Amino acid sequence: MIDITTRKVEVSIDGSTVLVDPSSTVLEAALEHGVFIPHLCHDPDLKPTGVCRLCMVEVDGRLLTACNTPVVAGALIRTDTDAVKETRLGAVELLLVNHHRGTVDCAEGETCELAKIARLLEVDETRLKRLRRSDQTLDVDTSNPFFHFDPNICVLCGICVRTCDEIVGVGAIDFVKRGIYTTIGSAPDAQWIDSDCVSCGECVVRCPTGSLAPTHHEVPEREVISTCTYCGCGCGIHLGVRDDRIVSVRGVRENPANEGRLCVKGRFGFEFVNSPDRLTTPLIRRQGKLEEATWDEALDLVAERFSANRGEAFASIASAKLTNEENYLIQKFTRAVMGTNNVDHCARLCHSPSVAGLVQSFGSGAMTSSTKDIGDARCILAVGTNTTAAHPIVALQVMRSLRQGGKLIVINPREIELAHYADLFIQNRPGSDVALLMGMMRVIVDEGLHDLEFIEARCEDYEVFRESLAQYDEALVEEKTGVPFAQIARAARMYAENSPASILYAMGITQHTHGTDNVLATSNLALLTGNVGRASSGVNPLRGQSNVQGACDMGGLPNVYPGYQRVDDPKVQAKFERAWGVELHSTPGLTHLEILGGVTAGPIKAIYLVGENPALSEADASHAREALEKVDFLVVQDIFLTESTEHADVVLPAASFAEKDGTFTNTERRVQRVRKAIEPVGDSREDGWITSAIAKRMGVEGFDHESAEEVMNEIASLTPQYGGITHDRIEDIGLQWPCPDPSHPGTRYLHAERFPRPNGRGRFFPLQYRPPAEEPDAEFPLVLTTERSLYHYHTATMTRRVPGLEKLRSEELVEIHPRDAEALSIASGDRVRVTSRRGEVTARALVTEVSPPGTVSMTFHFHEAPTNVLTNAAYDPVAKIPETKVCAVRVEPAS
Amino acid sequence: MTDKPPGTKYPETKILSRNFGVPESWTLKVARERGAYANLEKALREMTPDQVIDEMKKSRLRGRGGAGFPTGVKWGFVPKDSDKPVYICCNADESEPGTFKDRYLMELDPHLVLEGCLIAAYAVSAERIWIYVRGEYPGSIARLEQAIEEATAANVLGDKILGTDFSCDCVVHSGAGAYVCGEETGLLESLEGKRGHPRIKPPFPAVEGAFGCPTVINNVETLSHVPWIVEHGGQAFADQGIGPDPDDPKSMGSSGTKLMGVSGQVKHPGVWEFEFGITVRELIYDYAGGPLDGRKIKAVIPGGVSMPVLLDEELDVKMGFDDLVKAESGLGTACAIVMDDSVDMVEACENIAHFFADESCGQCTPCREGCHWIEKIFRRINAGEGTEADLDLLEHLFPQIEGRTICALAEAAVWPVRSILVKFRHEFEAKLVKTPVGAS
Repeated sequence: MIDITTRKVEVSIDGSTVLVDPSSTVLEAALEHGVFIPHLCHDPDLKPTGVCRLCMVEVDGRLLTACNTPVVAGALIRTDTDAVKETRLGAVELLLVNHHRGTVDCAEGETCELAKIARLLEVDETRLKRLRRSDQTLDVDTSNPFFHFDPNICVLCGICVRTCDEIVGVGAIDFVKRGIYTTIGSAPDAQWIDSDCVSCGECVVRCPTGSLAPTHHEVPEREVISTCTYCGCGCGIHLGVRDDRIVSVRGVRENPANEGRLCVKGRFGFEFVNSPDRLTTPLIRRQGKLEEATWDEALDLVAERFSANRGEAFASIASAKLTNEENYLIQKFTRAVMGTNNVDHCARLCHSPSVAGLVQSFGSGAMTSSTKDIGDARCILAVGTNTTAAHPIVALQVMRSLRQGGKLIVINPREIELAHYADLFIQNRPGSDVALLMGMMRVIVDEGLHDLEFIEARCEDYEVFRESLAQYDEALVEEKTGVPFAQIARAARMYAENSPASILYAMGITQHTHGTDNVLATSNLALLTGNVGRASSGVNPLRGQSNVQGACDMGGLPNVYPGYQRVDDPKVQAKFERAWGVELHSTPGLTHLEILGGVTAGPIKAIYLVGENPALSEADASHAREALEKVDFLVVQDIFLTESTEHADVVLPAASFAEKDGTFTNTERRVQRVRKAIEPVGDSREDGWITSAIAKRMGVEGFDHESAEEVMNEIASLTPQYGGITHDRIEDIGLQWPCPDPSHPGTRYLHAERFPRPNGRGRFFPLQYRPPAEEPDAEFPLVLTTERSLYHYHTATMTRRVPGLEKLRSEELVEIHPRDAEALSIASGDRVRVTSRRGEVTARALVTEVSPPGTVSMTFHFHEAPTNVLTNAAYDPVAKIPETKVCAVRVEPAS
Repeated sequence: MTDKPPGTKYPETKILSRNFGVPESWTLKVARERGAYANLEKALREMTPDQVIDEMKKSRLRGRGGAGFPTGVKWGFVPKDSDKPVYICCNADESEPGTFKDRYLMELDPHLVLEGCLIAAYAVSAERIWIYVRGEYPGSIARLEQAIEEATAANVLGDKILGTDFSCDCVVHSGAGAYVCGEETGLLESLEGKRGHPRIKPPFPAVEGAFGCPTVINNVETLSHVPWIVEHGGQAFADQGIGPDPDDPKSMGSSGTKLMGVSGQVKHPGVWEFEFGITVRELIYDYAGGPLDGRKIKAVIPGGVSMPVLLDEELDVKMGFDDLVKAESGLGTACAIVMDDSVDMVEACENIAHFFADESCGQCTPCREGCHWIEKIFRRINAGEGTEADLDLLEHLFPQIEGRTICALAEAAVWPVRSILVKFRHEFEAKLVKTPVGAS
């Protein structure tokens, strides 16, 4: 009865003998073989609870719930006996009489599973009448802006409760009250919005009856598969289109990055696409005012002024929001047409130390693991990442690892959400990560927990590194981190003894004047314990924007061509000169800060700024604004007017991600399709079209691609990691680079056999502790650190045009510890003034223990309170990233 | 089994209750003077864990919470090679209506309860005892906590108990007023800090119980029997009470003694301890004083409220697991509720139905919805608005609820009211809407 080759077992379902997977349940086996068993509380992603009692079947003569009964070889399963029919009919009748839509001919029959089942079972209306229907009407909870909960049609299957618990890990809701008064909520009579709900809507999409349903619901005419434009998780989405508008979003189940799951922004955050604020026509500044212009006028002007500023007077700022193909075109334009390597983008401000650091130690500056594999790690070290807020879908894998018994170590100055799930939460001083991580490594070496075999076989420079550990004794580490050494030792053991262990990090590691050292500390730790080159291990910088990985891969950086090929390598230069048919320059260009700095104290005369808003996002933003104002000629290409367009000479209206074809590369190096779902809004144009149009007006060749696909073919021919990537191959599921040739299946995790360095070895780095550039003093006694809200994105140009997101978080909040708040006579809700050496902003205070004593934190989403006016532009000498995570401020009540 | 000489009362046998009434019986000093923890010491020093389990199996002790599962067999289910901690969970969530036997044990002899828990913990290599006490029993909680403190100080609880290698601690957890948390898996959920929703089984608690770890859950009274069994051996316990039915190979009989209670409309409600063998009538008439003057007994639920009723003429059945099942009722908690001829059985049904509808945890459709409809139908019959069709409807509903849910609460909701409907149908018919002859 067991098939030897497939390991399947034979069972009988209603008289037919079928082969089924022995790990399946009776319900799964029946459904797989086309036998429908009614069910309401079953969801393939969740553990069975067997509460709806509809899936009763007879197994070997016993009445059992099919959803939680495992198949056994030789079982006789009957789904059609009188006893089965009677019991399931009874349960359905009982549900219907308390269900306000409870008629067999319910209009919601297409979407309501209960109505479908009632019809299938041919429920007799007259039998229902005998029970005399309930007339209790409960209030519909409409407190959440994106969905409502109607308890009157809820069948209490508990799928929402289990989804929130088992998948999202939040547990915002549960059953409340008892018996017939049982309902779903956070507490009796509490509103949904007052719960810990993160509005991801995972429960809404699973609700079988529509009791939980989106508030704005339009049935799409068609759906287009694309990739989410928000963070670097790179979730697959079905964009629903009606009347050339985006009306719905669904996760793509088959996409390995998200397996159908989405966060609040990814599911509900696309109203910006059809916002009336969209730029629909080019604008030219005339007499100080931006006025509407034709594309011809705008392009002629841009081509003329760019032509006059070739060479080192010109700089492009590419965009992590654009596709790979578009970023490729921008850097090609900059290098081949404008004759300079002055091209950079916002990765400079987020993950340049990851690229700079990991290239030195591992030979490649990207996340080593796959998102999904993180869920199988036995230990996760989350340092400097507020994963649930900034990378919610990666956070789901952290939850999955925890559910499988994995250990979680959270290192963060702030008591972030993940800290509540951690086996060990270490609240260190901002900027003390090198001391902390090296302290951990010292414990690992002292206690012999390191992987000498791995170090011997795969690494170099271990000895010099090991010697540098000597300085990280208990006294120094405790002094710098403010953390008891015993805790650090515990973290060291937990990380070293639970393998495979994954390190996750984000801006908390990188945005420091010693960001590259921080990154090298993480790679040291992974090398030391052999946690590289295996599934579910590695060092994983979580990338912030939808295509920040791709923008880097495409050479949107001043020192490298696509594929991190160095501009100062003559062989590389020759290759690109041959391909592009022009002479190229071997001098690396200016970085982000240097470009803006180059306006006031250097050669920069013209800037091509694409899809970025440095007036809010740049550290020491006042200086950035001065530069934007001062530069001779500023072209801003965007989908909205922003704080940066205020300084533009020409504004070019771009199409959003929903209006074009191309690819994004997500944080796990997966190159995925972006597809045109609707026509560009108004007279906006695809960014790639715009860059090419400028180039063509300047009379150059090499910009006449017919499609994004053609651009990708050119990329593949020049970029070894993308060598095997074509649009055809990633039609359904994206490929993870490196993918060097058309038969290569892509790379799930990096460095399996060798590191892509000349000698193939991973390199240890001895590290010196260096303090942040600015530390608190008598005048500025507090540390300001920056953070992100789950509900907003970057400078919020998109998210603040989604009314629901704006409702969930509408303003900047200065988070301050109760101790500091008390000393300053500040209460939650008070307006406070935050002042640094560079400027001041006012916002309301939120008194919370999430911020440690001595540290306040702010996001940078809100133009009303531009946090980056305060931050310090002092930068990391290697990666040139400004220290937006630490500066000294003063906080006082704003009278 | 003790035979009763003619004309005498069925005798009490005070094993569990031997310290009831002794001044300060709940203090360690008095308890130890009267032998407390001697059997723990015997088990630790003279017996292996497996020997303790063997004696339990020999004793044929059946669970005293109501289900009557053989205790030794349950202990034997705990995996021997678990890499997880093992727990003992003492079910002290005594919420069954009319039942107050465990409360006597916890308040008057908490050290006996603890000693039983500790021997059980030794037998299954548990490192912690959880005692989940009904929140409405603050007196029990206080006595247990005091006992734990004293026992820990005396090293009969805690680290290296009595100088042996066996360590075990004990935590009292208070319930919060839900009947369903007396169901063993509902209790575990509640203990874990979650809503008390009974779990689907398997896995059974012995394999995956509290916090995912192997857990033995026993009733207070069950565990309190353990020291005596260790002292006298399983066979001595098995020799007491009602032996297995020789004609039924599966029969376990009803061995040992049992705390039995009576409440309701009797002269002297209370709790007594007997070897199994006393009849329901003897219990009610000889110990509880029989019905109030001028009244006659109308119906008795022999154990709590969850069992079918017996009529006065059916009371000569023995209070035993198998005997009461044969009489189409059940032993339940062995605390009988007596209703006399002043009781309106339709009102009684509404009252019982309300209890179960209110206590249904709400997860399984048939119980959540069904218990509510049962209550509603009884209410309208009581209000004089019921019809003949409502009685049919009840009969139609019962089988849709009974046996169709995760836990046994649904059965408990059906059994008593269905038996009342069968045995007192005339009282229901008398309350139905009078349909004039000839009306459609």
